[in-house]
Order: sequence, then C-alpha cells, then structure tokens
Amino acid sequence: MAWRTREQVTAVIRQRRRRTDRLAERLMAALSAACVLLVPLIAAALWLRAWPILRTRPLGDLLFSTVWRPQQGAFGFFPFIMGTLWVTAVAMVLAVPPSLLTAIYLAEYAPPRLRAVANPLIDLLAGIPSVVYGVWGVVVVVPLVGQRVGPLLHRWLGVVPLFRQDNPTGYSILAGGIVLAVMVFPIIIAVAQDVIRAVPQGLREASLALGATRWQTVRNVVLRRAWAGVMAAIMLGFSRAFGETMAVLMVVGNIPQVPRSILDAAYPLTALIANNYGEMMSIPLYDAALMGGALILLAIVLVFNVAARAVLVRWVGS
Amino acid sequence: MTEPLIEIRDLNVWYGTEHALKGITVDIPARQITAVIGPSGCGKTTLLRSLNRLLEETEGTRVTGQVLLDGVNIYDRGVDVTEVRTRVGMLAPKPFPLPMSIYDNVAYGRRIHGLPVLDKGNGRHLDRIVERYLRAAGLWEEVKDRLHSPASGLSTGQQQRLCLARALAVEPEVLLCDEPTSALDPISAQRIEEQLRAIKTETTIVVVTHSLRQAHRLADYLIFLWLGELVEAGPARQVFQNPRDERTRAYLAGDIG
Repeated sequence: MAWRTREQVTAVIRQRRRRTDRLAERLMAALSAACVLLVPLIAAALWLRAWPILRTRPLGDLLFSTVWRPQQGAFGFFPFIMGTLWVTAVAMVLAVPPSLLTAIYLAEYAPPRLRAVANPLIDLLAGIPSVVYGVWGVVVVVPLVGQRVGPLLHRWLGVVPLFRQDNPTGYSILAGGIVLAVMVFPIIIAVAQDVIRAVPQGLREASLALGATRWQTVRNVVLRRAWAGVMAAIMLGFSRAFGETMAVLMVVGNIPQVPRSILDAAYPLTALIANNYGEMMSIPLYDAALMGGALILLAIVLVFNVAARAVLVRWVGS
Repeated sequence: MTEPLIEIRDLNVWYGTEHALKGITVDIPARQITAVIGPSGCGKTTLLRSLNRLLEETEGTRVTGQVLLDGVNIYDRGVDVTEVRTRVGMLAPKPFPLPMSIYDNVAYGRRIHGLPVLDKGNGRHLDRIVERYLRAAGLWEEVKDRLHSPASGLSTGQQQRLCLARALAVEPEVLLCDEPTSALDPISAQRIEEQLRAIKTETTIVVVTHSLRQAHRLADYLIFLWLGELVEAGPARQVFQNPRDERTRAYLAGDIG
C-alpha cells in the first residue's frame, strides 16, 4: 500500500470532523424535537381516548356538574377539579412563605458551613419517594389534623366556613396540603436559593454601602432583581404539588364532593385516575371519562404555565 | 497637612491565610482628595473597603487594628455598621444601578434611613434633593425628563454618575472611590473627575486608582502601597516630585509595577 501524503491525511481528518459535527447537531435536533412534540402527542392521545365522552356530553356538564355516578352515566368532574385546586392551593399557601424565607436565609445570611450542611439535607427531602410521604401523612399528619389542628381551627375560626370541621377523621384537604407542602419545600428552596445567589454581589454591595441593613438590601434590591426567578421557583413547586398523586390520595379522604372547608375530605383528579383506572372498566364510558380527567389536568397545568409566563414576560419586560 | 479625618492605626487584613494588608498606619486629611496608588493586587481596594467595613461582605476576611473616624474606631463593638456606611459612602469601579427608576436610585439612601419622614414626609422636598444631587453628579440635564424610567436604560457613563448622585444623596462625610472611571470612556471619566473636584470642599475623598495620570490630576494627598505595605504617604506634590523611598521613585518612573 502506498503511503498517504500528509495533505491527504489532514483532508480525511477534516472531512471526518465535519461529518461528526453535522451528525451531532442532527442527533441533538431530533431529540429536542421529540421532547417538544411529546406534549402535543400526549394531548392528542388523551383527546382521542376521551373522545367518546366528549362527543356525548356537553363540555359545560363535564366541567361543572357535581354529580359523579358512573353507573348511571353521570360524569361531573367539578368535585375532582375543586379537590385538586383546593389541595394545591392549601399546599402552596403553606409552602411558599417558609420556603422563600429559608431560601433567603440560606442565600443571604447563613455562613457557608451551615449552607454546606443544610443544602444536601434539603436535597435529600426531594428524593424521598412520595409513598413514604403518604405513610408519614397517614401515621402523623392525619391524626394530628383530626384530633388537634381541626378542633382548634374549628373552635377559634369555625365561624368562617373555610375552617369548619364536619369531618373528624383527619383525612382532609388540610392533611393533603401539609404533606404536599413538605414535598414542595425542597424544590422552592433549592431553585429560589440559586436564583437569589445569582444576583451580582456588586448590586448587594451598592445597597449595603449606602448604609442599608441586610434585610433592606434583600427586600429592595435582591428580591426585586430576582423576582422572575423566584416566581419560576414557585411555579415549579406548584407543578409538583399539582401533579402529585400517591401521597395525596393516601391522606385526602377521596370522597367526591365539592369541599367547603379545608377540613373536608376531597378527591383530586390525580387520585381519581390512580384509584380507578383498570377497574370498573365494564361501566360504559368509564375509561373515556378517566382520560377526560387526565386531559383536564393537562389543560389546567397548561393554563397556569402560560399565565405565569405571561406575567413574567410583562414584569421582566418593564 | 490639615486635620486628619480618618486615622488608620496598624491595620492588618487577611483573606483566609493571605496577609493582604500589613500594619498600615496613615492619616487621611479632611476635605481633600487622597489617591491610593500602587500596582494590582497590592491592597489598594482592600484598604478602601476597610474604611466602610465592606470587607465584612467577603467571606473569610479578618481585620485587626483600628480605623478612627472622627476619633472613633469604626471596628469597635458598639459601632453600628450601617452608621459607618452612612457617613462613609462609596463609588464602585463598575456602576451597579439598583433595579428601580433613576429617581428611586437617588432617593434610595434617604428612604432606607427614614429621612423622608424627618424631611416631614414632604414629597416635594425629596424631589428637590434628588434634583440637587443629580446636578451635583452632572447628570440632571440628561435625565430630568425621564426620572421615573428604569436606571438600567442609562449608558454606562451615565450610570456611574447616577451612582455618584446616589452616594452623595446620603450626604456622607467621606466618599470612597474604587477606580471610579476604569469602566468609562474618556469623556464620562472626565465628568466624574470634575464632579469629584467640585465636591471636595465639603467631602473627604479617597480614590483608588491605577492611573498615575489620574492621580496627578486629582490628588492632594498620596498613599503608595506595595505588596500590602505602606511605602510612602504625603502631600501629592511632594511625593510626585521628591519621593523619599526608592520604590516610590521607581514606580512613579514606571520602572516597576
């Protein structure tokens, strides 16, 4: 075999490099496209499977009827939609203030050594399987709510319907909200902390050098600058709470009713699907109804995400 | 030398194990411009940041010795750091406009100190103060029609003058300037220098600078640092024309640094 000249060799190498580069780009583009396409694909699949019920019932009935009697062909999703919204709302109300304050403390005040201990532990919280949270909820939170927190709320705030206790079991929206809140903490804390620490040090010092206290600096400068990112952290936490299934269905009571008080039982959409899919499939339209429930979940998540994004764009834009 | 306003006594600073300032003892005269010169990494910025205790914001710093402001050691236990920073203002090398409007940037210092309340909560009064210090920083004419638009919309040179107005609005006795024009074009730099000269009748100014030419233009008093040590300090004219130390002579001549 003849020797190849140096020029031939470099030409071959150059060609190979160019081909690899093109290949890498195409591969990554294809994978990105697949990811982006997943959402419409899932939506389409759910739509198709839910079609039998969407075709035979007006959308208004499905969304706003409170009657859920599958055997009689009545599929009102309103109690489940409300269950999901209530549990998520309670979880966010409980989770957002403490996790934001924790994130601010860890990012702005805590000595590095404390941060080095606290953050891995907080990350660990995020890794605990949700069924473990569910068990903790059943063993600890449900009795606590049923026997202590519920009666207390009822006694002191019972005049407000939101805090009436007509359900002494403790399996309630509040129990679900507490469990979810704990699950949401690590997400909001981790993301918000990163966002806050990303604020340039020079900006902090500009405020401190004017004689501002640390808290004034955090409130007026750091948080104002990090606002968009903090909202993103809250949205991430929201999505987690919203979609969580296992831990919630273990503690929330699973009674299809429109809740009036945070001490009432509820039946979130996720729990409905998880509890019933694969069973009672002999009932006509049941399968389609559950798919419709999943579609509603997807739609709500979408609406919240788009709304949050719109708010962000508006605020960051100005 | 006029009455010293700041007396630095045996000041040592460590970053972790690095000994950044070694036993600095020097006086800074009142109502003059003192320039701190020396090559990179010789402790100029460290010295400056020790004068308003901003060093404490860097983790792992240790400070010994005294910095007396009007005879009181700012490192004493009983001294409130926000009080120190109210009396000793600062201008950073890069402008960091706060994420708010031009007006609010200038009003910020007074608001956090609750001064508008003392000013009888009179909005007009605050307006006048904002105007006065924007004028003092030579920015008023350029921004008077857009006081309530975000400060981030200004050019870098304008932002730096805004930062000057913001610092002055707190009415500090001392203004620390850390390479205040290093990020600026020559025109903006010149305007900042003009403003500094204009305010020195009321304010004691300490400027850290890389540029000997700038030190020539600005300084009444000169401090030369070399590898964390104070080599020479004295009236600018004297140090420039008649340096006592061989290293000062070599640095001024451009032989070292």
